[in-house]
Amino acid sequence: MRFGVIRFPGSCDEVDAVAACERVPGSSAQLLWHGDRDLRGVEAVVVPGGFSYGDYLRVGAIARFSPVMEAVIGFAQRGGLVLGICNGFQVLCEAGLLPGALLPNVERRFICRQVNVEVAQATMPFTAGCASGELLSIPVKHTTGRYYAPPAMLDSLEADGQILLRYAHDGNPNGSSNDIAGVTNAEGNVFGLMPHPEHAVDPLTGSTDGLKIFLSMAHAHG
Amino acid sequence: MRTVDRALALGLTEGEFSSIVERMGREPNEVELAVFSLMWSEHCAYKHSKKLLRQLPSEGPRLAMGPGENAGAVTVGDGWVLAFKVESHNHPSAVEPFQGAATGVGGILRDIFAIGARPIAILDSLRFGEPTSARTQYLLEHAVGGIGHYGNSIGVPTIGGEVYFEAPYEQNCLVNAMALGLAAEGGLIRSAASGVGNALILFGASTGRDGIGGASVLASAELGEEDASKRPTVQVGDPFAEKKLLECSLELLEKGLLVALQDLGAAGLSSSSAEMASKGEVGLDIDVSRVPLREEGMAPWEIMISESQERMLCVTDPETVDRVLAVCEKWEVHGVRIGTVTSDRVLRVFDRHEVVGEMPVEALVDDCPLYDLVVEKPAAGLYPAPEPLLDHDVSDPGVTLLALLRSPNIASRLPLFEQYDCIVQSRTVRRPEQADAAVLALPGGGAIAVSIDGSGRRVACDPYTGAVEAVLECTANLACTGASALGLTNCLNFGNPEKPHIAWQLTEAIRGLADACRALDVPVVGGNVSLYNESGGGPIYPTPVVGMVGELPDAARAGRLGFARAGDSIALAGPFVPFLPASELAKLFGEELPSSLPAIDIGALRAAQEAIRDAVRSGALSSAHDVAEGGMLVAVAESCLAGGLGACLDLGDAGDLQCTLFGESPGSGFVVSGPEQALRALSERVDVKVLGTVGGDALDVVSGDARVSATLVQLREAHAALASLFS
Repeated sequence: MRFGVIRFPGSCDEVDAVAACERVPGSSAQLLWHGDRDLRGVEAVVVPGGFSYGDYLRVGAIARFSPVMEAVIGFAQRGGLVLGICNGFQVLCEAGLLPGALLPNVERRFICRQVNVEVAQATMPFTAGCASGELLSIPVKHTTGRYYAPPAMLDSLEADGQILLRYAHDGNPNGSSNDIAGVTNAEGNVFGLMPHPEHAVDPLTGSTDGLKIFLSMAHAHG
Repeated sequence: MRTVDRALALGLTEGEFSSIVERMGREPNEVELAVFSLMWSEHCAYKHSKKLLRQLPSEGPRLAMGPGENAGAVTVGDGWVLAFKVESHNHPSAVEPFQGAATGVGGILRDIFAIGARPIAILDSLRFGEPTSARTQYLLEHAVGGIGHYGNSIGVPTIGGEVYFEAPYEQNCLVNAMALGLAAEGGLIRSAASGVGNALILFGASTGRDGIGGASVLASAELGEEDASKRPTVQVGDPFAEKKLLECSLELLEKGLLVALQDLGAAGLSSSSAEMASKGEVGLDIDVSRVPLREEGMAPWEIMISESQERMLCVTDPETVDRVLAVCEKWEVHGVRIGTVTSDRVLRVFDRHEVVGEMPVEALVDDCPLYDLVVEKPAAGLYPAPEPLLDHDVSDPGVTLLALLRSPNIASRLPLFEQYDCIVQSRTVRRPEQADAAVLALPGGGAIAVSIDGSGRRVACDPYTGAVEAVLECTANLACTGASALGLTNCLNFGNPEKPHIAWQLTEAIRGLADACRALDVPVVGGNVSLYNESGGGPIYPTPVVGMVGELPDAARAGRLGFARAGDSIALAGPFVPFLPASELAKLFGEELPSSLPAIDIGALRAAQEAIRDAVRSGALSSAHDVAEGGMLVAVAESCLAGGLGACLDLGDAGDLQCTLFGESPGSGFVVSGPEQALRALSERVDVKVLGTVGGDALDVVSGDARVSATLVQLREAHAALASLFS
């Protein structure tokens, strides 16, 4: 699979995301500049972690208007696979590609911690490589990661199986509604999560559980 | 006002003013006086420490860049060099902790990419008063917040550091930040301006009045009551601006467009331009009217000394100016040509066509008088005994153990570390509290280890020995990960050097650092001095903070501090002779500081540390942890907690049990675990005393009739005490 990873001027984890994608056998990854509207024919887009345009305003609020995001929105609407990690998740929510919003953590502080997330739905295209109920050890690191959706929306997300990942028992680090760590859109081709799967791809630096997300995407693409 | 009075008001002495007049052949005008007053300040000129610093060894086979540049660097193999430096931001942090700490991180990162290295890690060394004080809680929360804000936002991991709480830091907190960067060998750049006719380009943030009278002035005098009013002089950091500046600088370098690069720190444009001209033995013409301003009506002298953050200067060929500005534009960084390299070794300041200042570069950079210190060993101790926190009559070592684990200087630092991104850039092999030093993987399969250390209380007892200990503590930490030292950077935090007893502390501590570095063959690649850390409450503990980097051949075999396998044997290794005075337990008892520490055989400790290092490297040991604050039993408890495994120890007849369990001797003792045969092999090189076995869910100790028993849950609860400071 040919992955494209967006690079905003304030992205922090874009190089890590490229390296994670490149660990998938048969895959390649390239950076996509925020000022370009051309996605260069990539087959999946990763919107990485960081602080897109500084994010001194509401996180992701400016990034959604960037030229590259115009292209990503069109790509997603045509069914292309889009993965938003941390700041990327925030940007995708702001862009209306994902339901809900990310609010400041309950403790209102940055938190960096290895957490266990439970695979709530093992489905194509993002989590098919996992077992339902499997625990993945993946780090979180964010200040604004408390997933919020109005009660009616939460109910429908639950009913429609759009919640793919939840923080495992007693391990919700930010106060997210229903322990939600990652959700998809109704069509299932856009996925946002606060944990950083690209930081769980190498036994040397912790865990390899995050690689399953990237492998699932490549497998879904065929 | 007479010029001499203005000079005095700006912090110069009458003698210094006369020297300036003599060098200039006339009285300086407003611009020149502003520039001189900062260039000749303690912060920029090191006038009370420069002579002493010459003792520090700065040569070594792995040295890639020594003292004098923005940061030092060593080679780490496979064609890579590692740049690193530690710097203080104490005074601004004491006035405004969030921005003070944030811009401390921003400043040290600029020092790293100013020599062309990509920043890969941050560590910090913090000192505050006792956490029971409201001021300490405020400073701690906001300093930690500021460090996290800057480092997390710019995408550089904060991988380690240390914090200590002692009453003498109540008014003068210390915030020292260390950064590391990686560059390809041959890829570093220097700050020396060269090539007459070349263009000088200022790029980055616009210039405002922030920081005027900031770092250089704050850091060159004692803090007083009125310092809250200096809050507006503390610079404000913008990590997003620096992120763009960083990428822009590295791209300019990668494209081969730069002749010289320099960051703007204390004293802003004045010191950066003067340093570049001095190192290149050239002059610079600068037109301040071309500097992009964020405030209206700034006078030339204000533009010259503004400490606005996130700015860089570079020299480029006139032919490549457009290409440089195009890269600036790509990264949305404002770049403007503000000057030209000249041959006459004069820093000439223009406001459009009018010359508003004309200063010999040599006078600015090299001619500040250097002072010999008046040194006198104090007759009596300078510091009152700490407030007792634990009853002397406590005889149950189990109670003492939990009290130590709970004490602010020993309790887990995770409540702080969790506020920092320690994993971005995907190099972090050992995160905070997984090993005695942070470990980062290198591109070629090797790794580096980094540690930062310095116990002010011990240096206060005995500045020479305490400084030696600080170096040995760092090498011990590195050894526990399997690393050997490559180089050292230091930040010397002291009180007012014009007072003979402070001068004595400084002199003795530098002598200790120099002796230890020589004996260990570790070059000092650079550092920073922060003096005048003093207020109405008296001086801080003299605090030389040592940052050290080392290398290990195989990242996959980096040591851990936690017990790893039930059934492993546990041993105390090393020529460890525990000593209770000056220890953490002595502090809890409220004991007076002793007037000396036991002498150290550096050679013997070096041999022991090398034996531990080799055993870790070979993969023979399951864990290694140096015995530091709290002594041997605290070290065992920490290994239990880090590994989630209990331990059973039988110490036999331990003599003075309290001293055996809780006495300290930095850098000389190691709690190790592993198979029996591994410990036997280790005993051929170093003293090894087998203590017991890993296993279970409690720490049980027997020594004659005495017993200690604490469950992991109890140990963990005590060790988590600092969390309450952030709730």
